[in-house]
Amino acid sequence: MSGRMNSEQENMLRNIGIVDFVTVEMTEYLDTHPFDREAMEYFNHYMRMKNQMMRDYAAKYGPLSLSVADTCSKEWKWALQPMPWEGGC
Amino acid sequence: MWNYEKRLQFPVKITQPNAKLAQVIISQFGGPDGELAASMRYLSQRYTMPYNEVAGLLTDIGTEELAHMEMISAIVYQLTKNLSMEEIEASGFDKYYVDHTLGLWPQSAGGVPFNACVFQSKGDAITDLVEDMAAEQKARSTYDNILRLVHDQEVCDPIRFLRAREIVHFQRFGEGLRIVQDKLDSKNFYAFNPEFDRCKE
Repeated sequence: MSGRMNSEQENMLRNIGIVDFVTVEMTEYLDTHPFDREAMEYFNHYMRMKNQMMRDYAAKYGPLSLSVADTCSKEWKWALQPMPWEGGC
Repeated sequence: MWNYEKRLQFPVKITQPNAKLAQVIISQFGGPDGELAASMRYLSQRYTMPYNEVAGLLTDIGTEELAHMEMISAIVYQLTKNLSMEEIEASGFDKYYVDHTLGLWPQSAGGVPFNACVFQSKGDAITDLVEDMAAEQKARSTYDNILRLVHDQEVCDPIRFLRAREIVHFQRFGEGLRIVQDKLDSKNFYAFNPEFDRCKE
């Protein structure tokens, strides 16, 4: 555990959750409507936004996903992230 | 395969422990209409589902159910954190505590252990999708029952989120069933099972 979260970190995490929710919802919608181009554009927009937010968060507070882990770091930040069930967000 | 993101799908931040409520909400972890059963149901059914869109839907919803299981577990964990022995005895949590201390273990509110017999993987596209639609409604009813018992806003918020997802998934599975039926004989959907019988060449 790397201590308590500050409010900026909590906000960033909350916003990632909001944007990710759009991608989950659109993924399931597109599974049954695979030719809806408007929905695909909507999905792409929010997926790009989420990827950027995940990278911004990782640069400041460490990775939420191994795909955005900083491999040049001197410490394994993935292991130092707070566990999500501890109430951070 | 799967990748893990170290965050919950929806925030769970409960400041007031309540062991009585935890014993009710744990049903959505390991109970008959819980999130563990939901994810195992869809992730088991998908292999023999012959239509790609529907197999993909089972995969993506089954994956989301894993995130819901994590949320429910987080709720139970936070509701039972730092309990005193007095609170454990007074709330009736002692029966769970004696076997599991404060560890998370999948069971129903009535104490029945998780059992794969609460779901089916029948190997028949119509049968499975109708089960899936019913499962989403059963989970929605359970969340409605839980919401009648919860008066703490911090617990209500994530439970309401989960309840809303059941309704969306019900809609998606309905679309999945329509996709399956569109590919079958409209005069007799049951002429053959697309997961088992072969079309005549």
